[in-house]
Amino acid sequence: MSWRRFFRRWREDAEVQREIDSYLEEETAENMARGMSFNEAQRQARVKLGNRQLVRERLWQQNMVVLIDGLWRDLRYALRTLWRAPGFAVLAMLVMALGIGANVALFTIVRAVLLNPLPFTEPSRLVKLYEYSSDRFPYNDVAGGVFTAWQKENHSFADLALLDSGLAFSLSEGGGQLPEKVNFGVCTWNLFPLLGIEPALGRSFTASDDQPGANATVMLTWGLWKRRFGGDRSVVGQTIELDAKPYTVIGVLPAWFTYPIQSVQLWTPIYHLIPQGEMSAIDDHDWEAIGRLKPGVSEVKATADLSVIVRRLHDQHLDDPFISTAANSMPLLEDLVGEFKIPLYLLLAATTCLLLIACLNTAALMVSREAMRRKELAIRAALGGGGWRLLREHMTESLVLSAISGAAGLLVAYVAIQWFVRARQDMSRVEAIHLDGTAIAFTVGLTLLCTICAGFASILSFRGGQIARSLAAYSRSQSDGRGRARLRKWLVTFEVGVTVVLLVGTGLLLKSYAQLRSSNLGCVTQNVLTMQLSLPDEKYSQPLQREQFFAHLLEDVRALPGLKAAGLVRTVPGQGRGGDAGFAIAEHPPLPPGKAQNAVVRWADPEYFHALGIPLLRGAPFEASKRLAEANEVVITHSFAQKYFGAEDPIGKHLITMGLHRFEIVGVVGDTRYKVSRPPEPMMYFSIYSGNFGSSALVVRSAGDVTQMALPIQKIVQQLDPRLAVMDILTMDQVVGRSIRDTSFDAGLLLIFAVVSLLLAAVGLFGVLSFIAAQRMQEIGIRMALGAERGRVLGQVMLDGLKPAFIGLVVGLMGSVAGVRLLRSMLYATRPLDPTVFLLVSVVLLAVAGAACTIPAWHASRLDPMQALRTE
Amino acid sequence: MDRVSQPDSAMLRGTLDMMILRTLVSGDAHGHTIAKIIERTSEDVLEVEQGSLYPALHRLEDRGWVSSYWGASANNRKAKFYRLTAAGRKQLGRETSRWRQMTRAIGLVMGE
Repeated sequence: MSWRRFFRRWREDAEVQREIDSYLEEETAENMARGMSFNEAQRQARVKLGNRQLVRERLWQQNMVVLIDGLWRDLRYALRTLWRAPGFAVLAMLVMALGIGANVALFTIVRAVLLNPLPFTEPSRLVKLYEYSSDRFPYNDVAGGVFTAWQKENHSFADLALLDSGLAFSLSEGGGQLPEKVNFGVCTWNLFPLLGIEPALGRSFTASDDQPGANATVMLTWGLWKRRFGGDRSVVGQTIELDAKPYTVIGVLPAWFTYPIQSVQLWTPIYHLIPQGEMSAIDDHDWEAIGRLKPGVSEVKATADLSVIVRRLHDQHLDDPFISTAANSMPLLEDLVGEFKIPLYLLLAATTCLLLIACLNTAALMVSREAMRRKELAIRAALGGGGWRLLREHMTESLVLSAISGAAGLLVAYVAIQWFVRARQDMSRVEAIHLDGTAIAFTVGLTLLCTICAGFASILSFRGGQIARSLAAYSRSQSDGRGRARLRKWLVTFEVGVTVVLLVGTGLLLKSYAQLRSSNLGCVTQNVLTMQLSLPDEKYSQPLQREQFFAHLLEDVRALPGLKAAGLVRTVPGQGRGGDAGFAIAEHPPLPPGKAQNAVVRWADPEYFHALGIPLLRGAPFEASKRLAEANEVVITHSFAQKYFGAEDPIGKHLITMGLHRFEIVGVVGDTRYKVSRPPEPMMYFSIYSGNFGSSALVVRSAGDVTQMALPIQKIVQQLDPRLAVMDILTMDQVVGRSIRDTSFDAGLLLIFAVVSLLLAAVGLFGVLSFIAAQRMQEIGIRMALGAERGRVLGQVMLDGLKPAFIGLVVGLMGSVAGVRLLRSMLYATRPLDPTVFLLVSVVLLAVAGAACTIPAWHASRLDPMQALRTE
Repeated sequence: MDRVSQPDSAMLRGTLDMMILRTLVSGDAHGHTIAKIIERTSEDVLEVEQGSLYPALHRLEDRGWVSSYWGASANNRKAKFYRLTAAGRKQLGRETSRWRQMTRAIGLVMGE
């Protein structure tokens, strides 16, 4: 064998022909020389040569890479077979492509988000550090003073850094660009060296930059540098204005650096920006802390080390109840993406189920087609078709199907990932998701797995060597194929089982979603519009300026026609917990040292409660005329009153809070939820007219379509201050929607998967029953000829199909009972074993199965006995 | 089913190759002549089957022991001639000595 000859077989063959011809001529000539006639000489020569084809064939085979040739032939055969039944081929490939695509996409996402190590130096030694404040706040932010103590006294960390990323600067105009709000982070100077980040341009912060008196310095992220500064390298060393103060740009961070979230656009040293008092407090939990463990030190040991320090601080200041008692920690990666773990793995499990069903369906379809071809197969076997040869054909066919599906699946995965990245900007590390070599290798692996899965059924149903039996089975006197029908029934049963598990999971998530949707936020959500305003510090530095702006704004907005009410609040319900504060009740005996009460803090104007329809239960809102330093009233919520006053009347009592100020309780209002899925917490409202804050949400309610109010309100804001921008214009329904986005996203995707698998299971059932009915056509014909009623025939055939569905349902329900425990943490007000969901799934499944069985059963019962008996 | 079992084991096939190479020592020849020479010199004991001859010739050519060209036969007909290459000559030497050893060994065993 040689490759050269393999590819030149046709030419070689022609040459051999000529060579044989020349041999014959020589031999003929010799024979004639011996005195034979030409005819006789030629005949003798041929006799001597023997079978000329044999010579050719032997050479042909000698020159052939046997396996490849066989494969090629099988491939052509497989394509022809598939072409003969294009409907089957297209359906099978479509389903499998969907399964493979969804799996590859989810695998890529899981790998990029959850599994890949963080792109930092030795990421396994990086931990996120917290204070353990109480059982309610086991992962509390770190106070500046505590951090300093950690830094000085710990023995377990190579380095510790402090940071915060939720801040915003206004970047002044310049270089033809408008002013804009940019999110920025503050950090200790060593954050970047600790993570192992080298700046792409310029230098990193140094210890001397990170001091109160130092020159103001800033590092840009790659994105901001490209977008705002056009990627100009000379920006390093230049000065930019942030909140109207000059900052020197010292460096640009590399393009891939997106920690902790993509929206952070620049960094500045923490000790330079934040006042010293705030940085040394030990009860002001404001910052995030990251540590790099010393080599060989475990996270547990290191955390214990820090806990000792926190405990000491706690014991030294027993009078301050807001000092934590211990430290806590989490691996940095876990901290970043831990919340996405269960949902993503759940989706991955769902897509695996989908692929499994797709494979089972293809297998079932192949088995039934084989049954239709059994005469052909039997004849081939009788003529000496080797078992291996037939088997190989099936595997090739399965391979062709899977390979095309795999290629299509890769396309599906690409589209799905593009969509996912756009839809889930809120997910950490989402920007790192893309198809790569591993994903392609994974696709190939899945394709092979599908080939084996789908081909496996063929192997099972393949009975090599039993020629006589398969031929006999084909004769009309017997109805065979029971083995195959049984195999298909099992496949469909399994399919139904997996579908049920998917349906139950989907049902639970959907119910959970409905519960969230209908959960009472404590306020009106219809026809309410919210928008954020943020007054820049440089222009509104005095409380009076802020108070006046807000007062003017409300006055103008309330004059708009069609508006029912308008109010201001710092944090809208459903938008997050916001800050809290400790308080004491002046009329109550003082708390024992080390004990504290605290409640969520809200800043609002008196009309806010009316604007959002929050019921006033007792007393009245703040006096609108009490402003600035005179704003000394507080409104508490129902749960606040119940928890701290019980049966007592809270009106007229005083709270001592917000830096030992005395506030009189003037009213009690209904509870609102800060997060849809959380029960309400005690809250206290202070007047926004104190002028303490320059940012607030404006809340307006109208009788009709409230979104029409957005434009006139923006115009009013423009008139008051042309440079001020309104952000995050959302209806209250959208705010709620955002806060339960995760659940709706997961439930939505799962619903798609579940519906597809339900359809597939129905197709499978339909196919299996049609097959069985066709098999039993003669039998049914005889029964009917003997007087069987149509209804009875119908029932019998239906039963044949419903049995696998029923067994599958039972198996699936049992599997669900075992599986739903994993879902528990994703459910809201829904028990994992919710009977309604289980019941509903059973009903839906049986209904769909019934529908799938009706058509073949009806066909069978309409059979004309005479025709059935005549049909071969 | 397509497995053809023939007695031409590796040894016999090897000897055919060797005999072909030996035939070509005295000069280039085409298939017919090679077969004839082997038959004649073996006093018609060995009959070369065409079904083996041509595959053998192609095999030898693949290994570079013979080369081929189209030329005119003694009867002035077009025929494919085979020529022994230098590598083929060496191979012939190796095979001949191995053959000698083998026949001697067999001879000893057979007590001749």
